[in-house]
Amino acid sequence: MKKNESYEEFVKGVWRDNPVFVQVLGMCPMLAVTNSAINAIAMGLATFFVLVGSSILVSSFRHWIPKQVRISCFIIIIATFVTIADYTLLALVPKVHKELGAFIPLIVANCLILGRQEAFASRYPTRLAVFDAMGMAAGFLLALFSLGAVREILGDGALFGVKLFGENFEPWVIMILPPGGFLTLGVILLFFNWFKYKKDEFLAEVAEAERSS
Amino acid sequence: MSASRDTASPSSLRLVLTLAIAGLISGIAIIGIYESTLPTITANKARELRAAVFKVLPGVSQMQALVYRDGELVALAEADKDESVVYGGYDERGEFVGYAVPGAGPGFQDTIALLYGYVPAEQQVVGMEILESRETPGLGDKIYKDAEFVAGFGALSTEPEIIAVKKGSKAAPNEIDAITGATISSKAVVRIINEAHVEWSERLPPPGSEPALNESESGGTGAGR
Amino acid sequence: MKRKDPDLLLFHAPLLRQGMTTPKAMRDVLYALAPATLASLWFFGLSAALILGACIAGAVAAEWLFAQREARGESLRDASGILTGLLLGLTLPPGLPLWMAFLGGFVGISLGKAIWGGLGHNLFNPALLGRAFLLATFPIAMTTWVPINVDGGFLDVYPGNLALPFMQAGADGVTAATPLGMMKFEHTVTPLADLAFGKVSGSLGETSGLLLLLGGIFLWLRRDLDWRIPVSILLTVLVFSAALSMVDAARFPTPLFSVFSGGLLLGAIYMATDPVTSPITPKGAWIFGTGTGVLVMLIRVFGGLPEGVMYAILLMNAATPLIDRYTQPRVFGRGAESK
Repeated sequence: MKKNESYEEFVKGVWRDNPVFVQVLGMCPMLAVTNSAINAIAMGLATFFVLVGSSILVSSFRHWIPKQVRISCFIIIIATFVTIADYTLLALVPKVHKELGAFIPLIVANCLILGRQEAFASRYPTRLAVFDAMGMAAGFLLALFSLGAVREILGDGALFGVKLFGENFEPWVIMILPPGGFLTLGVILLFFNWFKYKKDEFLAEVAEAERSS
Repeated sequence: MSASRDTASPSSLRLVLTLAIAGLISGIAIIGIYESTLPTITANKARELRAAVFKVLPGVSQMQALVYRDGELVALAEADKDESVVYGGYDERGEFVGYAVPGAGPGFQDTIALLYGYVPAEQQVVGMEILESRETPGLGDKIYKDAEFVAGFGALSTEPEIIAVKKGSKAAPNEIDAITGATISSKAVVRIINEAHVEWSERLPPPGSEPALNESESGGTGAGR
Repeated sequence: MKRKDPDLLLFHAPLLRQGMTTPKAMRDVLYALAPATLASLWFFGLSAALILGACIAGAVAAEWLFAQREARGESLRDASGILTGLLLGLTLPPGLPLWMAFLGGFVGISLGKAIWGGLGHNLFNPALLGRAFLLATFPIAMTTWVPINVDGGFLDVYPGNLALPFMQAGADGVTAATPLGMMKFEHTVTPLADLAFGKVSGSLGETSGLLLLLGGIFLWLRRDLDWRIPVSILLTVLVFSAALSMVDAARFPTPLFSVFSGGLLLGAIYMATDPVTSPITPKGAWIFGTGTGVLVMLIRVFGGLPEGVMYAILLMNAATPLIDRYTQPRVFGRGAESK
């Protein structure tokens, strides 16, 4: 039973309550840094680190943090993790850091992270909070990657910098530019909602059939 | 809300203390990560700069940063943020070859930052490297992706000034073929170099009296800052 | 019906049935475009037919795909999809790969019309939206102009047309600059007669000014278009460029050159007048046209691009709801305060 509970918290974030496709949170990094798959993954991993780290701390200290100052405390914790991620990336992968630029410090303003602290980590035991954070962060990473992959494939004819279609490929320049982010996200959301609509329709049909039989 | 378990509202002192402790721990963590990554970050930046300087000044294997102070160029002892810097390039024997001059200015979309190599004895630009730019992918970004355009800066006279001309119509040593479809970005690059050249040309000492390589200070690597 | 601009429209019985329907208006525009389309076939040969065909196919495919299943045939019948495809095709360079033309038509209808809710609900002109997408996506292919095909046979196809999907147009063929491009970057003026009769390089439909005007007059006679919009656009451009050439005749184009070059006539007559995306009130039409004309000249003269008709119209499309709101006639019987 306990195991199922953790699993449930994890899967919820990846698919059913996906922070990007369903909750439409964290749009700023989503649109800004997904012009290549590698940038998207770097951003996703940085967010993963920050979200899981701060969820552990917030959840462990949830009895000590007075509710009047809880948001300030969450922000201090998150900001610390963001700074750590910022310097680590700068030291380890300066190229990626240059591409992500101002968007690493801006992770602190990602409403997904503060939202999880307020809605989940500050109310549940640490073990569940970790699974929730991992699920949400994995869902965010998945969304970033799917956007980054589509944009890099169309915009550059490559994935992770490896050319897929040979030299003659005509790049879709718009996909690398900001409008491409909006377009791709819109199309992915369209498919997500269409899929959900079809599923609900199917379930309703099944229920109808069961009732009549 | 778990925090609401403390039913009575906590005293102000407790609120202040909580925040202060959180801030203190956070501060210590940040200082820790800053101190432990600083050497790597500095080394990365220095290596990048060296690579760029060596690229724009062919035949150079040593460098040192130079600033213009009190009417003459001096080897940089310690970094002073407001001063503009050029990099002197020297060959293996420590002989002066040329300067690597940084420049920046508006491009088609955002500021273009570049570094160009200048050999005063020949009054020529001998190389150009774009350090930072956000030009349109596929068009403006050819200023560093188009090998032909970059190679055009390999031997370019700065007298009286560099002029970007339509592709294929280069006729004089101070003309460079602009990129088809990216005229604005090409001209921006040329303008940045011209402006930096005008700014520096009166500060540079006459050819032959360039500051010598300061071996003791730079230890042969002269990584600058 | 010939009438002056009334402040208030009043009808009384018998209410006459008007023959004007959407499919009829759309067909009229298609007829009006026929001379210019034929001219593009004359100038660019089979390539023109292929490009136009690809655009229309893309537009119709999107129209069909995004329609409700029951209404699939229905949305094709009013010919608006075909018209969008044709208009888009006329704004494209003749050497463009066909797959890009198809994509442009598809994106124009899907992003420009379907997601807004179909015909009558869109904010932007679908054909121009498709073109804007293509220009942002394939900036090089969209600005590679080929010389007109005067001597070659009808069946000669520009090699760029036949590029495989997702592939480049291949090795650079013979290219030519458009009159506006020559004006902006080389300061060469093209003779007016060439501009009027279409002996210039450019997109399929923008080469022949006179034929476009002819179609416009036909539409005006058929009451299919609000004459105020093209007239105010053209007047604004004339006045603006007359003023500029008075300042410095060598640097700025003459008024007639401004009117006949580029996509101005095509845009002013056939795209700015799209009843869905232009203001409905007479006063609004004047504001819309003047704004478009000013933007065209600003972009052409002071902007980084040689041609600005597309962006000018799209920007004014965005302002249309606002113009409509501020030019709404007041409700009869109410005071000046009420709207």
